[in-house]
Amino acid sequence: MANETLHIDIMRSQLGRARGLGAAKSGLHHWWMQRLTAVALVPLTLWFIYSVLVLQGATHAALIAWMGNPFHLVLLLALIVATFHHVQLGLQSVLEDYIHTETCRLASVLVMKGLAALLALTGVVSALKLGL
Amino acid sequence: MVGRSSDGKLVRRPLSPHLQVYKPQITTVLSILHRISGVALAAGTLFLVCWLAAGASGPAWFETVQGFAGTILGQLLLFGWTVALFYHLFSGLRHLAWDMGLGFEKAQYTASGWAVVITTTAASLLAWIIGYAVR
Ligand code: HEM
Repeated sequence: MANETLHIDIMRSQLGRARGLGAAKSGLHHWWMQRLTAVALVPLTLWFIYSVLVLQGATHAALIAWMGNPFHLVLLLALIVATFHHVQLGLQSVLEDYIHTETCRLASVLVMKGLAALLALTGVVSALKLGL
Repeated sequence: MVGRSSDGKLVRRPLSPHLQVYKPQITTVLSILHRISGVALAAGTLFLVCWLAAGASGPAWFETVQGFAGTILGQLLLFGWTVALFYHLFSGLRHLAWDMGLGFEKAQYTASGWAVVITTTAASLLAWIIGYAVR
């Protein structure tokens, strides 16, 4: 132990060090948007649970009448947008933590983001079709 | 593992034991549950979108999806979704408090952890009692 020379593998290029650019660019934005959408989702989710209780077992006509109220439609659209933005950021962190090969990680994150965008659009278009 | 001490010298540090060696604690269990509930809720958005898309496709589709929600399997899934949502909501508020630098004392994070467990149980049961009562 005494004579052994210790070393650390520096995981950063010398150019990156000289420029002083750390990860606190898009990484901070990711973190901040996750928090911002979380805060927005607190009231939206409580309202959504209340709405589900109101709409349980509703007929199609009752659903259309409920969606016809612009306040309901706007809150539902806000909920869909905030939820999918939050989910897509959250699942990215999860995938990046557990998938260790570069190609797989990149591919799974891109596929997940594509699916989240398609689901969000389906939700938005369906809600607009019902409410307008 | 090689790391730096506070004066910048390189030192050898012990590795922490593997996760499976630890006894489960309120802090660690709730931490992983936040992630599990988030992923479960992400799966749950599939149902929300199906429900809306069925509504937009006409009464027949909508009755099918509403009918599924009323079956035992549908009700069990919806109950699981309620618990995951309330858990993630209360646990998320705990996360947001930490992000503001609040609640890092041992007594505080133990208490807030149990508060999340209690509020999740109470809110989930209350929502379902109200749900069955007004039906
Ligand atoms: C109801 C209000 C909500 C609040 C207050 C909230 C809060 C949070 C917070 C603070 C995080 C970051 C946790 C961390 O950094 O470890 C997070 C992560 C996450 N959330 Fe939410 N959230 C909410 C709703 C939702 C909903 C509705 C979904 C899904 C439909 C969801 C899915 C996720 C996922 C997948 C993650 C990533 C989990 C991880 O990285 O371990 N959240 N949430």
